[in-house]
Amino acid sequence: MFYRRKHLLAIEGLHPPEIGHLLELADSYVLLNRSGKTQRDLLRGRTLINLFFEDSTRTRTSFELAGKRLGADVINMSVSTSSVNKGETLLDTAATLNAMQCDLLVVRHNQSGAPNLLARKVDASVINAGDGTHEHPTQALLDALTIKRRKGRIEGLTVAICGDVLHSRVARSNIHLLTTMGSQVRVAGPPTLMPAEVAKFGVTVFHDMKEGLAGADIVMMLRLQKERMTSSLVPSEREYFRFWGLDAEKLAFAKPDALVMHPGPMNRGVEIDSAVADDPVRSVIKEQVEMGVAVRMAVLDTLSRGDGRNDA
Amino acid sequence: MMRDTLFTNVRMIGEGTDIQGDLLVRDGLIADFGLALGRPDGAEIIAEDGAILCPGLVDMRAALGEPGFEYRETIASAAVAAAAGGITTLACLPNTMPAIDDPALVHMLRTKGEETGSLTILPYGAVTRGCRGEEMAELGLLREAGAVAFTDGSRAIASSRLMRVALSYARGFGARIIQHPEDPVLAAGGAATEGDQASRLGLPGIPAAAEAIMVARDIRLAQLTGGSVHFAHISTGEALDLIRRAKDAGLNVTCDTAPPYFDLNETAIGEFRTYQKLSPPLRKDEDRRAVVAGLADGTIDAIASDHRPRDTDDTRLPYAVAPPGGAGLATLLGITLGQVHNGNLPLAQAIDLLTARPARLLGAKGGHLAKGAPADLCLFHPDRIWKVEAGKLPGKAQNTPFDGRALEGKVLGTWKAGRRVFGA
Repeated sequence: MFYRRKHLLAIEGLHPPEIGHLLELADSYVLLNRSGKTQRDLLRGRTLINLFFEDSTRTRTSFELAGKRLGADVINMSVSTSSVNKGETLLDTAATLNAMQCDLLVVRHNQSGAPNLLARKVDASVINAGDGTHEHPTQALLDALTIKRRKGRIEGLTVAICGDVLHSRVARSNIHLLTTMGSQVRVAGPPTLMPAEVAKFGVTVFHDMKEGLAGADIVMMLRLQKERMTSSLVPSEREYFRFWGLDAEKLAFAKPDALVMHPGPMNRGVEIDSAVADDPVRSVIKEQVEMGVAVRMAVLDTLSRGDGRNDA
Repeated sequence: MMRDTLFTNVRMIGEGTDIQGDLLVRDGLIADFGLALGRPDGAEIIAEDGAILCPGLVDMRAALGEPGFEYRETIASAAVAAAAGGITTLACLPNTMPAIDDPALVHMLRTKGEETGSLTILPYGAVTRGCRGEEMAELGLLREAGAVAFTDGSRAIASSRLMRVALSYARGFGARIIQHPEDPVLAAGGAATEGDQASRLGLPGIPAAAEAIMVARDIRLAQLTGGSVHFAHISTGEALDLIRRAKDAGLNVTCDTAPPYFDLNETAIGEFRTYQKLSPPLRKDEDRRAVVAGLADGTIDAIASDHRPRDTDDTRLPYAVAPPGGAGLATLLGITLGQVHNGNLPLAQAIDLLTARPARLLGAKGGHLAKGAPADLCLFHPDRIWKVEAGKLPGKAQNTPFDGRALEGKVLGTWKAGRRVFGA
């Protein structure tokens, strides 16, 4: 047992054996899922609450499926994102959940750090399912599992994370995970979509996509939100696609066997061309979704054991 | 095939070059230059005692009337004025109607320049859509289409946030942002530099500090973003001090000025002469002297015409409501040479400020005397005198702030890609 924490709030700070353990366990769940067998007894009698303050289809469904496959009682709570999700409401929610004797609490919130706040106030194990522009740890784990199964390793690979890094929790979790596990990580995109001093994360920064992709083993695309146009960080979709959208021409700069990844949902024709997204050989986007369920099963399994855990 | 042209016994000045000798033009290129070249058969011989041959001038700031203000000036008319001024390359401002915020318009301007046969037009792209100062324009696509840098022209980029984003985004394309350095809120409604002169005339004032405030802010933003900023028509000593320090600190900061700011001061307004209404407004003489010093010590990177054509409907208005701007193409060289004649500026340095240095800022090919370079040339006589007269200037725009002046230094001929386009 290498993972002894009570929660999974972030990738940052995890040690290689902890990540390695979660990936190995997840890998075993991939096989189990494919064989059609289930482990309905593992989380029997445990309560998993999906607490989503932000709209989500795939992540919530993925956690729900993972919980059910392990036999947990799964409850979905969608909280209106409109006006109420202020600090006080969040703590009120925490008090309510505590009273319900929840064991596993999966949280998505549009504010960075909201899961950390909840973790301090509830008895349950908290799993961050995406908080603001901070982290999305299970996404990084499922991406790592996808890479590891395809390439046989993570260490030593060159991974280019491309697009709106500034607003991406997926990018941050992936940068932490991949650098921890020994990949060479690059970020590529317009300077206006790069976090300040991002090089201090241990990545190399590129503003020219082709330079950023040159020789890469993995190309990870990020979603570009429409709001980036109205806030004038990029001028238009057509310009974005021309310079930072992944099409066959730019992908040709990566290694011939480079894999294309995207956390979804995709903006086709903005950050990725359909021909690339649907490429049966290069694109592993659908596989990422499958890995998501296995990774979340591994996380729920690990956190629910709680034997000899540290309160971290 | 084009006939050869041989300039004989002429003083040739270009960056790093200052020699007396011959220069041969063949097939539109500078084929050779040096001491006493042979005379090819059939070559046209140009011999002018005491004349100087330099690269065609590179004017990094001019407003053209096209598209949208053809009643003020057309590209064809600006090309005539430019050729008469020895200018063979010109960068034009994007705050036209429509603004140059679409790649197709950049192509259009480049093509129209080629069609003149005498003037290379290097378009600036708009920083913001419509030059309205709100949403960033498609800098990448504009750059690909041939925009040499980005500016909102005579409109300052007011929002600090927008300027930050633009500097940062343009950096990704290796492009410079050119700022009209004037705090627009502080300057709003003003018609002359604030001070005793404006007070006496009863004109609303613009504090000279409006320039330094914007320059200080943008230097700080260039530092924050790693971007490149260029300040147009610098006119105050305070701004120059800031720029000097920024350059010493190794920041990507450059600037130009225009002839009115080292040749005239606020007293030129006289009896409300609207030809002298400029933006930024003419300054006190101490600022004018600081601009001269900035030219001499290299703080200022280029001299641009800051040409802004106006027609009589624009200029026959009460001073405070008349639109600012002066015609400047035909007088660019002559006014600059004034600083050579009065001993403020060495001749070679003056020529560099009009040729090689702006060419480098724009990433343009011209501006140098080199074998194999396009034969864009300006032949002038440094001592010959002519009088500037509004109404008799080449081209359509007649609103010269130097009306009535006798200038020492006259363009004798201009060549574009080896073809004589002025002074035949």
